[in-house]
Amino acid sequence: MADVNNLEAVQENKEKSFDIKDFLINNMVTILFMILCIAGVYFSKLPMFFIVNEIMTRLTRNSFLVLALIIPVLAGMGLNFSITIGAMAAQISIIAVTHWQVQGIWGFLLCAVLTVPIAMLFGNLVGRLLNKTKGQEMIASMIAGFFANGLYQFLFLFLVGKIIPVNNPVLILDNGVGVRNTVDLSRNNGIKYVLDNIWKVPIFHFVIFTGLLIIAYGLYRMYRESKSKATKVSKAKYIIISIVGLVILAFGIVVNSSNELSQTLKMISNLKLSAGTGLVVLALCLFNVLIVKTKLGQDFRTVGQSKHIASVSGINVNKVRVIAITISTVLAGLGQLIFLQNIGTLNTYGSHVQIATFAIAAILVGGASVSKATIGQALLGVLLFHTLFIVSPKAAKELFGDAQIGEFFRSFLAYGVIGVSLGLHAWKKTLKAMRK
Amino acid sequence: MTESIKTITKKVGLPRLIISSFFVFLIIASIGLGLPLDRTLTNIIRRFGMFGVLVLAMVPAIQCGIGPNFALPLGIICGILGEIISIEFGFVGFTAFIVAILISIPFATIIGVGYGNLLNKIKGSEMLVAAYAALSVVYFMCIMWVTLPFKHPQMIWPIGKGLRVTIALEAFFGYVLNDFADFSIAGVHIPTGLLMFFLLCCFVVWLYTRSKTGMAMKAAGDNPKFALASGINVDRSRIIGTTLSTILGAVGIIVYHQSYGYIQLYDAPQYMGFATVAAVLIGGATARKAKISHVLLGVLLFQGLLAVALPVANEVVKGSNLAEVLRMVIQNGIILYALTQVVGGE
Repeated sequence: MADVNNLEAVQENKEKSFDIKDFLINNMVTILFMILCIAGVYFSKLPMFFIVNEIMTRLTRNSFLVLALIIPVLAGMGLNFSITIGAMAAQISIIAVTHWQVQGIWGFLLCAVLTVPIAMLFGNLVGRLLNKTKGQEMIASMIAGFFANGLYQFLFLFLVGKIIPVNNPVLILDNGVGVRNTVDLSRNNGIKYVLDNIWKVPIFHFVIFTGLLIIAYGLYRMYRESKSKATKVSKAKYIIISIVGLVILAFGIVVNSSNELSQTLKMISNLKLSAGTGLVVLALCLFNVLIVKTKLGQDFRTVGQSKHIASVSGINVNKVRVIAITISTVLAGLGQLIFLQNIGTLNTYGSHVQIATFAIAAILVGGASVSKATIGQALLGVLLFHTLFIVSPKAAKELFGDAQIGEFFRSFLAYGVIGVSLGLHAWKKTLKAMRK
Repeated sequence: MTESIKTITKKVGLPRLIISSFFVFLIIASIGLGLPLDRTLTNIIRRFGMFGVLVLAMVPAIQCGIGPNFALPLGIICGILGEIISIEFGFVGFTAFIVAILISIPFATIIGVGYGNLLNKIKGSEMLVAAYAALSVVYFMCIMWVTLPFKHPQMIWPIGKGLRVTIALEAFFGYVLNDFADFSIAGVHIPTGLLMFFLLCCFVVWLYTRSKTGMAMKAAGDNPKFALASGINVDRSRIIGTTLSTILGAVGIIVYHQSYGYIQLYDAPQYMGFATVAAVLIGGATARKAKISHVLLGVLLFQGLLAVALPVANEVVKGSNLAEVLRMVIQNGIILYALTQVVGGE
């Protein structure tokens, strides 16, 4: 018995030992994107101040939506393309709340309260649909998004005004039928920035905070590892993480206290991060971590591993799958609320259309796959994907003299990343099946 | 009585029953609203011929086992390349149309073979990967449309770079098929050339499925394991089917554009795959089975429905795009329905 254990340990050691070639192959997409981002930032010649500001806004604005993708992956349902439907739930409630003219933070909270039941209903329906299309969940959820978009347009182009009487010239088109293309959510009229403005923190305070957080994480993991039989490699990993945290912390402190900064850094240090939104995102990260520890989370994982084993061990597979999609849809709805309160205008027929594509492209860029997605991958993905989004039009203009090329290029990359990642995953699956 | 209704429903299929009764309802509504019937019928027939070949492209794809070809935009792009190269060389009229097809076929063959090879590596996930591969290629080609060195003054922007978003075909090969031996009965315009060309394509594909390679392809799609046991090269059959589908997509878009009168570039092809998949599914095809009759019925029902819905919807709510909403609901609804009918892998 001891021998067997020993053998396993040796094997584990082998697996964990750092192989640079494997690392490069497994993280190809992420590394490629990093290179593209660095090149893009360099060639775009955009001021650092602008880039940092944009990245910060987009990180707080988009992370929640991307994090909403994690639970269905855990439950083995792949990437949930139907988060679009959650976004529709959010937009329905925003339009209702704008009509009732509830403003400010109360308006936002009312939106959230309304979004949850609507998204739960939608998520439940999508979940049932996906139970009928097992094995093809992703394409089914994608088409379900398109289908729901049709119904959504039917609701707001036709039913509102024709069947549902709404008398509100700000919202409704001049002929009395249908909601306008854009709904203004600006501050004296709606929910713009209500969450973002709750608590603003200077960016380098945030840097210090992040540094501390990373160090704490590294030390905690090291403490845990030293208790168990830790391998040297994993120990080294956490030491490196702690050192990185230390560097970030030192950088933050230096910038914060020094008076002799370069012009760029000085400008950047004036930027403020929306900590309120950041906290909400952090709460979702915690939720994603904690749910795995519950009975439900374990059920998700079991179903994700094997539907057959799960059902044999008494788990109601279909029910668990419906719950996973419902949670994801509700989170997507809340994510869309956060997104829209930052954007400030609701594009009634357009705001939700692309979010699934962009969120999924982002999480895949971060290194996730159909069967594995972590919080770190989601956040890294948002960072990389949106950096490229910011710089690519300008970079293309500088390089080719045409900003349009950059816009096409980023759409090409977004769709291409999804296609390639899903293709690679399917290919690996086929190889595995062939070896069996 | 109920028994016979049940058997009929089972034979025709519930979605087809609903859609065809809706189609009939819309035609009656259009008459009731005082819309001219002859113009409605003209539109239905024109759209039937216009989309026919594109939808036909689904048949070899489904028969060879890769399922509905969501990557039809790959073929469409090859067709567009053929068109603009033909115009660039200065061809006009019927010659331009033929040359466009001849140029597009080698492109489509190369792309089709490459893509077929790719699909063989990802069996089981073809549909999703196809959809996204096609979308990314569409955007890659957008970059190409801006940068490729085309010079023809009627294709490029007078100021700025690249090809125009829409290229008028009036001076080149617009309507060459539609106006070939066309005539009118009671105000209904019959585009003989267009219909003949579509039926000819159908006949060619039908003939092909009766040939030895065609039979092998069908067998490979029906039951890959059994086909393999009887000595059929399944992978090769799938490549042939994919290639054929891509070529038909290329020819289909050329027919479509000549009937439409414009070439649409840039992001126009991105969702065309979904519309054609929906059409063949409405006709009675499934993700595993498709026949020429499904194409004929499907195009007639789907495009006919849209042709009638457009004026009717405009009459009901002025200036709304209710017809577009209807298209989205029907198109994606039928695809979803088809997906639920595929027995999922446990």
